[in-house]
Amino acid sequence: MPSRDKIFSRIRHNLGRGPLAEEAVNALKARIEGHVPHTIPKRTDIAHKEQVDLFQAKAEALAATVARISSLDDVPEALRDYLTAHNLATRIKMSPDPALDNLPFNMTPMLEINRGAAAPEDEVSLTPAFAGIAETGTLCMASSAETPSTLNFLPENHVVVIKASQISGSLEDSWARLRQKYGAGNLPRTVNFISGPSRTADIEQTLIMGAHGPRRLHILIVDDGPQD
Amino acid sequence: MQVTSRRFKEGAHDALHDENIQKAFSKVKSGFPVARAKTASELPEFEDLRDQARDLKDHILGNLDYYLEYFEDQVLLQGGRVHWCSSYAEAREVILEICRDADAKTVTKGKSMITEEMGLNDYLQEKGVEPIETDLGEYIIQLAHEYPSHIVAPALHKTKDQVTELFHESHEKYGFKERLTDPQALVNEARSILRDKFVAADVGITGANFLIAETGSTVIVTNEGNGDLTQSLPKTHIAVSSIEKVVPTLEDVSLFLRLLARSATGQEMSVYTTFSTGPKRMEDIDGPTNFHVVLVDSGRSDLLGSDKQDLLRCLKCGACMNHCPVYQAVGGHSYGWVYPGPIGAALNPHMVGLEEARHLPNASSFCGRCEEVCPVRIPLPKIMRHWREQAFETQVTPKPERWGIGIWAFFAKRPKLYRLMTRISARSLKLMAGKKGVVRKLPLMKGWSSVRDFPAPEGTTFMDQWKKQQREGK
Repeated sequence: MPSRDKIFSRIRHNLGRGPLAEEAVNALKARIEGHVPHTIPKRTDIAHKEQVDLFQAKAEALAATVARISSLDDVPEALRDYLTAHNLATRIKMSPDPALDNLPFNMTPMLEINRGAAAPEDEVSLTPAFAGIAETGTLCMASSAETPSTLNFLPENHVVVIKASQISGSLEDSWARLRQKYGAGNLPRTVNFISGPSRTADIEQTLIMGAHGPRRLHILIVDDGPQD
Repeated sequence: MQVTSRRFKEGAHDALHDENIQKAFSKVKSGFPVARAKTASELPEFEDLRDQARDLKDHILGNLDYYLEYFEDQVLLQGGRVHWCSSYAEAREVILEICRDADAKTVTKGKSMITEEMGLNDYLQEKGVEPIETDLGEYIIQLAHEYPSHIVAPALHKTKDQVTELFHESHEKYGFKERLTDPQALVNEARSILRDKFVAADVGITGANFLIAETGSTVIVTNEGNGDLTQSLPKTHIAVSSIEKVVPTLEDVSLFLRLLARSATGQEMSVYTTFSTGPKRMEDIDGPTNFHVVLVDSGRSDLLGSDKQDLLRCLKCGACMNHCPVYQAVGGHSYGWVYPGPIGAALNPHMVGLEEARHLPNASSFCGRCEEVCPVRIPLPKIMRHWREQAFETQVTPKPERWGIGIWAFFAKRPKLYRLMTRISARSLKLMAGKKGVVRKLPLMKGWSSVRDFPAPEGTTFMDQWKKQQREGK
């Protein structure tokens, strides 16, 4: 008997039944398609403006840094200021996302912008986020041709641009956004939830930042008014 | 993996006298449990979530066949492949074949307990494929040719000084000659060596914390980012998972995610929670071209419908061991197989056989901390008690122990005789103890008295004292 059959027959035998009856199958299918949430923490049930503040506070508590800017046009200068403050390379690998096409990098001639997936020599990446989760200060990143996921991990410094309107309360809100974009039952190849920069405590339980992923995570929140 | 659970007593004895192990494990108490208590207290819904998680796991296990089939359909639909493996041997062969198809010379690996179970690294090495562990803790113990002593922090038993020496010996060939003592410098050195390995690897192997039926995704939860580099840079990604990890929907996994990191390390969320669905899409400019999911049963399905089914609820958070006084004292390796601590004491007898692991369910004072902190409320002490009963009933327990229990049972069933005997023992033990108040040696109980003193009884039994108090109207 092939292993697949063996496994299923053992499961059913030990559960004391055969394959599920049609009625039961329909109920389980409906359960999957129903997307019914479990208890969602009350802390997320606040006004949008407070959610954005909570997102920032939680992200900072995770050792990410956050700057608030008033429009996408401010991204180049905010990025330059950040890199200068930390004495970092000015060669940037940016997601080839059309949403970032019109950033006025003519304002910051010292920044060298390249676009594409991450290469081992890239030290700084600039990417958009798919969504933000106030509950835990978590970024949700969805991979695509425009947003390669290696940019989230390979460079030592990761700068993320997120609009305030992309931030909402709970993890469940991200599922709603993803389903809206990709259709129920579908996800892009990689969905990364990122809560602060990389760390490890594998040597004597001492917390050390920058294990394999980025040492620094900097989040630029663009205050674009109320939630879309 | 080779099983040494039979040697539990010797292993525990050695661990108790090993300065490094004692130093390393003495830190557990003030680390994970304190952090867990803090984040749990900051989430008012925490206890409700635990109830819901327990019930959801039970629902999943009762319909495991349905959710696994649904998951399989979704993986195929997304362009991935699913391999069903009944045994470890089969899983190893399947993984090797995928590596060979990819002409793999080196394979990077994210932390995965199931691949530890099946001894994958030794097998691949033997067959000419070099596995490289990339989680820092796993990397350390791979260099040391050891196995994990904790399911979340695999190198917990290593002191910093040991890591210093290990890196100094192992990294010279990469041109790192300095003996580093600063933890940050040690991490940096490992980071820079592993960076090249990530880029050069032909295949990346990860485990899976969850499998999502709704979308056919595999999920990994990490802090370092090594799992993500492992699965996004090579052409082929293999996710290896045991079958009970399937979860119906994204809403369902949200429930478990709220409990997992809090219970494990006291984080609200681990740094990286990654959902991988199928291979890279046609237009994507990074990500793996091939996506394989290897599903391993190897004993799981046999737990279904048994009095130990609750073990399959385990999220592998490690909270039970973090809070276990026995684990903190004897360390992880004493348990002699992949899973140490209370979950190991309850699970290993099933996985490696009761005869091999019969000491483990006894390695507990039944203080109940493990069950108190388990996010899915596995009744670990109850399951250990079942194993003890089973060991007695199936005569796995050695004869002297069985006789001892038999003698005790004889008296316990005859209350008058029992009281008489306890009265005699209480008096004679008090006499034996003399003025010191402790008994140093007990006849026929050397195993017990060789490492601890027996506090002398009062001289009269509890029952007699109680009667006396009642008479005197106290």
